[in-house]
Amino acid sequence: MSRLKGLPIPVLIAAGLGAVVLFGIPLVTDTFFTFLFANVAVYVIALMGLNILTGYSGQISLGNGAFMAVGGYTTALLVHRLHVPYLATIPIAGLVTGLFGFLFGFPALRLSGIYLALATFALALSVTPVINNFDTFTEGHTGINMKPAHAPAILQLSDEQWLYFLSWGIAAVMFIISWNIVRSSTGRAFMAIRDSETAATASGVSLSYYKTLAFAISALFSGVAGALLAIVAAYVNPDNFSLQLSLNLLVGLVVGGLGFRFGPVIGGLVVVFLPYYSEKIATIQFSSFSLPAKPDIFNGILLLLILFFAPSGVMGLIMRGFALYNGRRTAVRSRAAPAEPVLEEK
Amino acid sequence: MEERYRMIDSWKAVRWGAVGLVTALTVLACGAQSAPNSGSTTATDVGITKDEIKIGSTFPQTGPANFYSAVGKGMSAYFKYVNAEKGGVNGRKINFIIKDDAYTASQTAIKARELVQEEKVFAVFGALGTGPNLGVRQFYNDNQVPQLFVFTGSDHWGNDWEQYKWTLGWQPDYEAEGKIYAKDILKNLPNTKIAVLYQNDEYGKDYLNGMTKGLGDKASSMIIAKATYNAGDPTDMSSQVNVLKASGADTFYVVTTPGYSVSALVNAISSGWKPAHIYLNNVGASSVYIKNVVAKLGNPHAMDGVITTTYTKDPNDPAQKDDPGIKKYREILAKYQPDCDPIDASCVTGMAAAFSTVDVLTRAGQNLTRANVRDIAATKMNETDNFLLLPGIVVKTTKDDHFPIRQERLQKWDTDHYVPYGELISGR
Amino acid sequence: MYLAATDPVTALVQQVVGGIASGAVYAILALALVLIYRAMDLANFAQGEMAMFSTFIAYSLITTVHLSYWVVFPLTILISFAGGVLVERVIIRPFEGNPVITLVIVTLALFNLVNGTAGAVWGYIQKPFPSPFPSRPLDFAGVFVSVDKLGVLAVCLVVLAAIFAFFRYTKVGLAMRAAALYPESSQLVGVRVSWMLALGWGLAAAVGAVAGMMIAPITFLDPNFMQPILLFAFAAAVLGGIESPVGALVGGVLVGVLLALVGTYIPGGQNLRLAFGLVVIVAVLLLRPAGLFGRAAVTRV
Repeated sequence: MSRLKGLPIPVLIAAGLGAVVLFGIPLVTDTFFTFLFANVAVYVIALMGLNILTGYSGQISLGNGAFMAVGGYTTALLVHRLHVPYLATIPIAGLVTGLFGFLFGFPALRLSGIYLALATFALALSVTPVINNFDTFTEGHTGINMKPAHAPAILQLSDEQWLYFLSWGIAAVMFIISWNIVRSSTGRAFMAIRDSETAATASGVSLSYYKTLAFAISALFSGVAGALLAIVAAYVNPDNFSLQLSLNLLVGLVVGGLGFRFGPVIGGLVVVFLPYYSEKIATIQFSSFSLPAKPDIFNGILLLLILFFAPSGVMGLIMRGFALYNGRRTAVRSRAAPAEPVLEEK
Repeated sequence: MEERYRMIDSWKAVRWGAVGLVTALTVLACGAQSAPNSGSTTATDVGITKDEIKIGSTFPQTGPANFYSAVGKGMSAYFKYVNAEKGGVNGRKINFIIKDDAYTASQTAIKARELVQEEKVFAVFGALGTGPNLGVRQFYNDNQVPQLFVFTGSDHWGNDWEQYKWTLGWQPDYEAEGKIYAKDILKNLPNTKIAVLYQNDEYGKDYLNGMTKGLGDKASSMIIAKATYNAGDPTDMSSQVNVLKASGADTFYVVTTPGYSVSALVNAISSGWKPAHIYLNNVGASSVYIKNVVAKLGNPHAMDGVITTTYTKDPNDPAQKDDPGIKKYREILAKYQPDCDPIDASCVTGMAAAFSTVDVLTRAGQNLTRANVRDIAATKMNETDNFLLLPGIVVKTTKDDHFPIRQERLQKWDTDHYVPYGELISGR
Repeated sequence: MYLAATDPVTALVQQVVGGIASGAVYAILALALVLIYRAMDLANFAQGEMAMFSTFIAYSLITTVHLSYWVVFPLTILISFAGGVLVERVIIRPFEGNPVITLVIVTLALFNLVNGTAGAVWGYIQKPFPSPFPSRPLDFAGVFVSVDKLGVLAVCLVVLAAIFAFFRYTKVGLAMRAAALYPESSQLVGVRVSWMLALGWGLAAAVGAVAGMMIAPITFLDPNFMQPILLFAFAAAVLGGIESPVGALVGGVLVGVLLALVGTYIPGGQNLRLAFGLVVIVAVLLLRPAGLFGRAAVTRV
């Protein structure tokens, strides 16, 4: 409770509103949207992981999709081969992936910027060949079907509602964990490294410890997300975890707001709803005139538009809006529009 | 400097103006979305009204597999034609909804629900890809939504039918095709040594298994070299071909998708290997590609003798130019789907599958229930008049046979087209 | 009739030579990546798609306007240069001053936009593209080399020399280097920094167009033909030390040879060619964290 006390009132109100919205969504939307929002939660978790790595500790990753693959396959294989109850596999997937990320963090230590990007990129590209190569164990490209997850009978929820509450429940837990990490000395060390490695070292922050830790935490989050993705889709195959997934995560995070705590929430919405609306727009027909049914064109246009309005992410835009509002209220106009994008706690 | 600042200010104005615009559009879009579904229905199942049959499908329209979208276009073209010129199916127009799954099963999971729960389609026809279809098979079966004529040559659909009765394939399966080549090799080249290039996934391995099983005891002595690539690798197959060349094999069995088949064939010749016999799987063998290879190699007979199988007619074959089926195909595309290139074999297979779809729906008559349509497709098909399949091929299912197309025909390349040889055969 | 198996030495030489030739394909696109990175520290994910689009323009000029290849080749380079400048002015410019990561996402959006547009305009059917080089391979005592790949290598060297000369001996080239290294000071001495970026994009697009027109005859032309190549070009450019054109060439050739050897000689290397290859590249980077030809950045406190 002591932690709660430190929170400003607007945050508490936002959290309360958020909780109401979260519980309300499956009640007012149809089955399909409930399922879509369950997917949103999965990506929110994955993006929180990426945010810790790229947003807070400044290490770019094009490979978090590969971490999700480790989590997803851990869950699928445990369920498929050892008949472990799927709920029990989620923490295991998180820990296994966390360990994987920790180990990957060592070679990554020596690299930064575009060179680190290439190393993580290599990870993303290796997923499909590796899974296919060991197909006697992983079932290769055929993939692994899992039984659809049903709610415990006592809850009387549809499958979609159950997936929704399950993934958002876990997302909420992970959100609190990530919040606390960011607020802790660990989080401050991450940000110190991001802002200047030299300065961080000078003030006694161990680069190797915190950089590998960031990879481990990021991978742990990704592993949980991967496990949930497997459970939600009730299926894994290598294509689910292609380079495209890693790139989608990066897009989601940057559009949501890199280095903002609520960035991943917006980002999760972007990852799920950007393709959804791109396709809707692509198939619009005005009587005789129809747009070319090419979702990728509109995906590109929408993405450019969003970034144009919110170059430091939607959260950046919101924070700027807040700043503007506060500025007006106190009639201090000079603070109204900072020239540089506001990065939280930078 | 002054000017620069003003510019930034104008950007800002544009930015905020557009924020408003987007907000307004979003509100509009949401409003449009919640509009109630029109009219009451007298129909017998979801997705059927008195003048419409709503069916759906998933295809990759984005991502690296986007070229498969042509299959969906071929299907759409035929449905438009049936709606416009035949008055639809028993008086009902077909409303065909395609969703983009980017060839990613986790996306297919979303799109399948969108089709069933949001679009409320009657059935799903022709959805593409083994992984994407396997991923949602349980969902469709649990919800008793027919998932028919899926576009993949995996043998899961036929073999697993007792367990997944709402799912059905259409095209001949890959393993059976591999067995056909094996039979041909045993018959005509009993002493040959074979080198295999295959895609390192289930698709490639199905073909390899078909060959291995078909060769039986002789497989281990006849197949002397294997090379692989992964889908998504650069299409340059020179290194793989050189590995195979080094083995001294004289038969080259190529199991790839189009871009890779072209590179494999070009390199088989330009590496100096020039294998005496080449077997090429159906998927990578469209005559458009072979023509490209021939043009590239600059020798009109460079590809002569390349063997593959087919079950559809070929719009690129000069000998089939006046075939009534091909003529009709070209007319339909020109009139209803000009963005589908007639030389694209994917449009042919798409349209042929759409024909089967219309066939099944027509035979269901006024009894348009999901269960009835599924029963007809999976157990009672006997379609002999598909205008894009080779003459004699029957699309047939019985209560014990759930592989709609079994027959194929071997064909051999000659200068600028394939020449069929032998009878229709089945590898199953 | 059996064909004679190749003797091991010839097979090895063949793989190395073939690898060098394949590597040239990665190298030439890597050069374009390097140009943009030098201009604005940006990994341009849309570079391959822009090259693809240029190549399709050339294709249309040849097939529908019926121009000669030798007219189309320089014309496409010019059009692509203008296109690159235009892309920078219209799409990149509004994001100037934002973090590089935002620009990376902008290039991803551009990727979708260009790929989708090409698919809508030209379709996905693979098209042949003419090559200025003969298709007949050269045969050196049983080792075969494809001439069009050797041609790519030669063109790579020409482009490399041109880039070198441009940055070393022309005023604009020097200004571009200055703008990239010291934007504020350059602005003060009258270099129009923003336009230098546009020029960088134009040059990269022009080199990309050359790459596309050199690669398309080998892989054939379709809207996706550059994607796998971009991945390796990226690896090549980074291996070479992202800012170095020479590094891009050497990196490309090394990647080509590496993949060929890994696939041929490492047990299980066929299936894991890509994974093993990337592991080796990353291992090299661990030893030289700024790439083979890169200079380690000096950190200022």
